[in-house]
Amino acid sequence: MIIEHPILGPRDIHEFIYVGDASLINRPNWNDDDAGSKFYEYLYLRKNIAGIHKELWFHQQGDRSWLVVSRNTKTHEIVKVDLVTKVSKELET
Amino acid sequence: MKNSNRTNLGLIDYTTEINFQFDGIAYKGFQGDTLASALMANGVKLIGRSFKYHRPRGILTSGSHEPNALVELVYDNTTEPNTKATTIELFEGLIARSQNCWPSLKYDFMSINDKFSNLLSAGFYYKTFMWPSSFWEKLYEPLIRKAAGLGKLSTVDDPKSSEKGFLHCDLLVIGSGPSGLISAYIAGLSGAKVILVEEDYIFGGNLNNEIISISKLSSHNWINFIITELKKLPNVRLMLRSCAIGMFDHGVFGIIEKFNKSLETKISQVFWKVTSKKAMLCTGALERIIPFSNNDRPGIMLSGSIRSYLNRWGVIPSNKVAIFTNNDDAYITAKNLISYGVNVVAVIDTRENPNITDPNIKVYKGSQVINSKGKLALKGINVLSNDGKVFYLECNTLGVSGGWNPNVQLSCHTGVKPEWQNDILAFIPGKNNISTHLKAVGAANGNFTLDSCMIASETAVLAILKELKIKVKNYKMPDIESETYNIQPFWYVEHGNQRKWIDFQNDVTVKDIELAYKENFRSVEHLKRYTTLGMGTDQGKTSNVTGLAILANLSNKTIPEVGTTIFRPPYVPVSLDAFVGSSKAKYFKPIRLTPTHEWAEKNHASFVETGLWLRAEWYTKENEKDWRQSVDREVNSVRNSVGFCDVSTLGKIDIQGKDSQEFINKIYCNGFSKLAIGKVRYGLMLREDGLVMDDGTTARMSDNHFIMTTTTVNAESVYRHLEFCHQCLWPEMDVQLISTTDAWSQIAIAGPNSRKVISKIIDPQFDVSNENFPFMACKEISICGGFRARLFRISFSGELAYEISIPSQYASSLVSYLMEVGKEENIAPYGTEALGVMRIEKGHAAGPELNGTVTALNLNMGKMVSLTKDSIGMILSKRIGLNLEDGPRLVGLKPIKPENQIISGSYIFNLKDKLNAENDLGYVTSSCYSPTLNSYIALGFLKDGNNRYGDKIKVSNPLLNKEVFAKVCNPIFVDPNGDRLRG
Repeated sequence: MIIEHPILGPRDIHEFIYVGDASLINRPNWNDDDAGSKFYEYLYLRKNIAGIHKELWFHQQGDRSWLVVSRNTKTHEIVKVDLVTKVSKELET
Repeated sequence: MKNSNRTNLGLIDYTTEINFQFDGIAYKGFQGDTLASALMANGVKLIGRSFKYHRPRGILTSGSHEPNALVELVYDNTTEPNTKATTIELFEGLIARSQNCWPSLKYDFMSINDKFSNLLSAGFYYKTFMWPSSFWEKLYEPLIRKAAGLGKLSTVDDPKSSEKGFLHCDLLVIGSGPSGLISAYIAGLSGAKVILVEEDYIFGGNLNNEIISISKLSSHNWINFIITELKKLPNVRLMLRSCAIGMFDHGVFGIIEKFNKSLETKISQVFWKVTSKKAMLCTGALERIIPFSNNDRPGIMLSGSIRSYLNRWGVIPSNKVAIFTNNDDAYITAKNLISYGVNVVAVIDTRENPNITDPNIKVYKGSQVINSKGKLALKGINVLSNDGKVFYLECNTLGVSGGWNPNVQLSCHTGVKPEWQNDILAFIPGKNNISTHLKAVGAANGNFTLDSCMIASETAVLAILKELKIKVKNYKMPDIESETYNIQPFWYVEHGNQRKWIDFQNDVTVKDIELAYKENFRSVEHLKRYTTLGMGTDQGKTSNVTGLAILANLSNKTIPEVGTTIFRPPYVPVSLDAFVGSSKAKYFKPIRLTPTHEWAEKNHASFVETGLWLRAEWYTKENEKDWRQSVDREVNSVRNSVGFCDVSTLGKIDIQGKDSQEFINKIYCNGFSKLAIGKVRYGLMLREDGLVMDDGTTARMSDNHFIMTTTTVNAESVYRHLEFCHQCLWPEMDVQLISTTDAWSQIAIAGPNSRKVISKIIDPQFDVSNENFPFMACKEISICGGFRARLFRISFSGELAYEISIPSQYASSLVSYLMEVGKEENIAPYGTEALGVMRIEKGHAAGPELNGTVTALNLNMGKMVSLTKDSIGMILSKRIGLNLEDGPRLVGLKPIKPENQIISGSYIFNLKDKLNAENDLGYVTSSCYSPTLNSYIALGFLKDGNNRYGDKIKVSNPLLNKEVFAKVCNPIFVDPNGDRLRG
């Protein structure tokens, strides 16, 4: 597999570590009244998408950037790669 | 010497003789031969015995689809079993042995199985060795293992090893037959980065087997012309002996490149991972057999393979050849044989009206071969003619052609099913949008004539270049005469009730398929496993489709209705060594050495693996016979005077930026907002689920500069976590992170005399008195006359202690110097064991306690979790289940008898309770012998532990059958008030 790094160009999958659903970047506010249940949903509940799935990859053997990789779970095709810092936090949840 | 049955033509260098041995007899072949062609040229027909019935078998094919001619190669004091004689490039001194026969190939004892074949039908093993089950391991399995199986593994280490490599290209062309060559040629000329892989040891694929003219050149000269042109192109990589074994996602292919065995290399093969933008499947097609009674006799071959041996290797299989076919292709074999003066006794064609007009060929239309005669070699065949009469024809070779199967395997590896194409009676690669990466062309896609194959390849490669946005340069297509190909369905000979082989290697016959069907195995996947059809090392390349067709016939379905089994990688057998590559023994994983490793070696350290690191576990002094002696001495020297330890393996993360303090305050669950410059604080890090992730210290060196330490094992994951928090959660924060674990070395100097020793090395302008440099102080200093260093007053041992940090290149000099300046204080290096003993004595949690299941509360640090600020894990740490009043707590355990060792991992029970899960109260995490207390001690998690100090409990290890009575106590065994470390 090759991930098209937004800064470094095409990089081999061996350089990356897969972490999980990109919704992890939407951390709830600790001050909310129902913070407990919000954090529970944030941490444990995931959508099992057949199609384009946004996920977090870490370029551990590279520039150490976190990427949001949009991957088609049916074909494994990677359709989009963004630096997480550039991604709006308004992901579909 | 010339072999009598050579044409003296073909792609053989008759001037270079090669000596080789088969079953102890010396033979001669020539450069260019395979073992199979050389054996055939020497008149050797019997090569091996079959898997189950031990039937005599000869050469069936001329490539990697060979089911019969498996031999054991002997070289370099080792053996390689199950190699295909049809793919082994002959080399000087080659020694091969037949397999699966005893005492000899001709007189094989186990061929008695053949007489009892009725007992060995489909599912034989499942039916016979069912009961009693206790017999399986002791009796049945060893018996079966002995009787069955193919070659035997050598138990000697392979003298050659494998390597791995990575390649990238625009276009990977798999196969160098006509479609592969023309595709690589057009793409290469246009400047695309092309890799052309060929399984064989010469380029050309099936063209090497044909006598045809392309652009007025012989096929061989045309191949040479194209290869010469391709070699001129720097953007084209040509790879021989390289087999594509699997296709994976994103255009990744596994390629096994084997080296010629005669080469004196240390490497036998390379496993290439090729990442391609596009790939073309130019793997051609393989011929299939027609099962009839006794169709497995040596001398019965695939018709196309006879042509290969004739045209490529210049070998005439025998002087009396018959052909049995249902298609046009076999007539080319007949014509080629006749042109060399071979007596083609007849072509038996199952078709009533084949469109063939060649007065030189005797054709029996609408006829079938129904049986063969001969024992160790073919002597003749029985033919059933279209008028119902049976007659006998003498012949020594029979060429069989049941049609051709495109080599679709790789196209199925990503989950695309092949599709049936009725005009060629074969499966071609499926068209599915999941796999737009691989384009099959030529015979691999069912274009069986040369002209159609070239045209299809041209169209495909032009489309690919367009997609890759590569401009096509001028090229010239070859001139080829147009051909036709006709086939009519004929899958097996119904006449006769003797065994008709489908899968030669696994001895699967038509009867086995019939039996399996009767026993209700209707799915092809079940049929395959029950009969073992296609499960040999040839993976059914000559047999699968025929087997399906017979199943379809039995079930009154069409072949596409029956469907195929799923092809999976690898396409050909691959030795495990290829996947291992050089990652074995000491190269299995990287080894990280501490900066003082060499110094420690010289000082008789013994080393232990901690993660990838090798750390000194203790230093053995003269007269010390037991490791405990060394460790106890090291502990005592720290507790009574001074010792030092290389703690460079602890993770170090340098944090800078104006939001650093706020950032760290969110990472640790305890408060960090008020950490003063020049101070260090212990920090506890939670995961978002509220469990403990790691602990360590963080020092504030200046306003916006912090140095965080982590445990050795979590150095990488904590760093990753910090980058996650920064980039994914709080990108607006001004924070910069970098790991300095390798750049900065850290030496702990501990013991009541440590200040004395430290004072001798730091430069005089720095004051380390207790007053000016108290416990938990830190400072940028210089040592030994101006060398940059950082000093931290932190203690893991519980003694007065410092950790000194220096650029790694100076660490080894520093420890030598410490030995010198600390002579007076009897300074001693200590290893990880003594380090561990002292931290257990102090009740410090470490790896065994921070095991991913514990909370701050479990560690008696519940109050550290600040509820008034946002930190990772704080919210979920409040969950009820993690906050039970009587939940597990870290406790100390002291055996009633000090000499009783408590074993880590043991379970804790009340004295009178039975040992069962219901009564389980907790477990032991760490244990050691404490020379300070002259007793074994341990740490563990105990239910309601804080309220049980003083209670007697039992510590049980049912696995080792050991039980120790112990007393629960405060986990801090030594200096609970911390007077020593503040002193």
